[in-house]
Amino acid sequence: MRNPQLNGAGELQHLLTLEGLPPEVIGRILDTAVPFVSIAERDVKKVPLLRGKTVFNLFFENSTRTRTTFEIAAKRLSADVINLNIGVSSTSKGETLLDTIDNLVAMNADVFVVRHSQSGAPHLIAQHLSATGRAHIHVINAGDGRHGHPTQGLLDLFTIRHYKRDFHALTVAIVGDVLHSRVARSLIQGLTTLGTPEVRVVGPQTLLPTAVEKMGVHVCHDMREGLAGCDVVVMLRLQSERMKGALLPSAGEYFKHYGLTADKLRFAKPDAIVMHPGPMNRGVEIDSAVADGKHSVILPQVTFGIAVRMAVMSILAGSQSPS
Amino acid sequence: MKIEIHNGRLVDPAHGVDRKTSLYIAAGKVAAIGEPPSGWHPNRVIDASKLVVCPGLIDASARLREPGFEYKATLESEMQAAVAGGVTSLACPPDTDPPLDEPGLVEMLKHRARSLNQAHVYPVGALTVGLKGEAITEMGELSEAGCIAFSHADAALADTQLLLHALEYAATFGYRVWLRPQDAYLARGGVAHDGEVATRLGLAAIPSCAETIALDAIFELVRATGVRVHVARLSTHEGVARVRAAKQARLPVSCDVAVHHLHLCDVDIGWFDAHCRLVPPLRSTRDRAALRAGLADGTIDLVCSDHAPVDDDAKQLPFAEAEPGATALELLLPLTLKWAQEDKVALPAALARITSEPARVLGLTSGHLGAGAEADVCIFDADAYWKVERGSLRSQGKNTPFLGLELAGKVRYTLVGGQIVHETAG
Repeated sequence: MRNPQLNGAGELQHLLTLEGLPPEVIGRILDTAVPFVSIAERDVKKVPLLRGKTVFNLFFENSTRTRTTFEIAAKRLSADVINLNIGVSSTSKGETLLDTIDNLVAMNADVFVVRHSQSGAPHLIAQHLSATGRAHIHVINAGDGRHGHPTQGLLDLFTIRHYKRDFHALTVAIVGDVLHSRVARSLIQGLTTLGTPEVRVVGPQTLLPTAVEKMGVHVCHDMREGLAGCDVVVMLRLQSERMKGALLPSAGEYFKHYGLTADKLRFAKPDAIVMHPGPMNRGVEIDSAVADGKHSVILPQVTFGIAVRMAVMSILAGSQSPS
Repeated sequence: MKIEIHNGRLVDPAHGVDRKTSLYIAAGKVAAIGEPPSGWHPNRVIDASKLVVCPGLIDASARLREPGFEYKATLESEMQAAVAGGVTSLACPPDTDPPLDEPGLVEMLKHRARSLNQAHVYPVGALTVGLKGEAITEMGELSEAGCIAFSHADAALADTQLLLHALEYAATFGYRVWLRPQDAYLARGGVAHDGEVATRLGLAAIPSCAETIALDAIFELVRATGVRVHVARLSTHEGVARVRAAKQARLPVSCDVAVHHLHLCDVDIGWFDAHCRLVPPLRSTRDRAALRAGLADGTIDLVCSDHAPVDDDAKQLPFAEAEPGATALELLLPLTLKWAQEDKVALPAALARITSEPARVLGLTSGHLGAGAEADVCIFDADAYWKVERGSLRSQGKNTPFLGLELAGKVRYTLVGGQIVHETAG
């Protein structure tokens, strides 16, 4: 099956995953995002690229942070933004996902930003729009289950490129709950596509998915080994429901083995950057001294995230409908 | 009604027959083969000179969705699908609503099926009340009502003590038990094979050891009780190896594979194609290869359609939320032929897997075309291609991973008890 996010001309039609996205397309998104960073520093933080367009933020799973960044990005592009927290409205009344979509299409949506707890939900929506002759409506995956979070992956790539320039000589460690992490999957796919020679995942076996090495990463269970010589350290959020039970005995034991402290960070290169997709659990996956320290680029990530989402939306709005 | 099936390629695996000949049917039975009975005046002659004539197919697992799920399919629609696919006998699992755990339900189902006068329906009774895994059913009453075996369908049965007792009870009276090998805890929440694809797509996974641990437990319980167990729906290469070893150890076990698992693997999920949401999950290419080889060498006794009509609303959902299952009654023959052709399995050996072998496992007297046998016959054109499309399927379930595929093997006539119940133009 062809990846449904590219149209017949190879242009980005939807952004559903970073998997299989050509490096030129990723490069174009990152390049497009550069001038949007400076827009945010101006007095008038708006450009008219999406004027007259309507962006629906469809959040079937709650997320204040991601929804807000998409909302800001769309508003800075002059789009009209409608936020729908569907997790607590129609599906609980028995309406199916695709019925919800059809209703919003009837309200003349141009872009759907979709967050859903199930892997593959944005693909389902994109395929439904194609199958019903409405492929001019764009779908942006804002996080689906454990599968993907492509705009987060892109902002991570943007951040790495901003600080490290070239992907071809980098060692990147992704630490923590890779099993449940859509952020990790998207970042791994983006890094390998851009030619990063060494991507490591670090964590206990209970939090690393089967055959993860087939995604092009090296598996480490030890932080010293995993962080050795790293240019970039990406810490993943540990959901509270994972902290005690079958996967991990306690948050304390997790922090002891895998929490990022200044001591452990010494294994990485002296100029290593530390990233985190947020929201952080201080004292669980990351120590405050590191989160707020000189290696941390966690807040610039947030700023870049808006620019990257502006870039994605402006590219999608400018693409042609598939013929 | 006297019917002459003239000059077809008669393939009757049970009797080792594979030759051009004519079949003479009278009074619902095979009256003669080769030479007509004396004073033969047929009411109907079917020219089978370009066709294969074989025993009607016996499908060891086809969900008819009655009672309880009539919005997915009805007995009428599914029985038509069965005979259109050349299936003249089918076993239906007990996972209806309510489950087949009471004799009245079984009698009603048998009665409804009989009145439609199409394929024979052989219900498999529920092993536990309500398929809840708490109390064993009245197996004696259910057997008298027409259940040919007892199973737990796809419902979890975590309580091994209860399973032991159910098997002991079944062994006492010689009932057959069909079990799907899946450890309830290891499979919990999973929707895809635990491998590269599930990892990439972020789907909750079911490891292969969910099957092998269950198989080990089942075989130990077979040793302890002596019950005859049929293992339903193998999915892993490790599972095939365990069944092979169990058979070598002369345990009274048989097993089957669903026809989908001969052709598909987890890679076919593509970008979350809910048509490939099946139970057990599609596994790796290595597993698929082992299942195909196991079916060829007889480790796996038979192949079934595992027919499960699912309505569109239940499929048009994110992968994990989509209802598992696919329509397959009409695909059992062509997909079995496709396997045989690709793996160079001779036609009689392939047809045995959907005729004589399931007859043996189900304990039926049909599944062969010897003189005097019940005239359940499938007559098909092995070289005719047809495209699997929603419109070409009689089943009310239109969802199958094979939509759009061209398959060889078109059923021209289906006879049940000497009556033509399905025919299409050549």
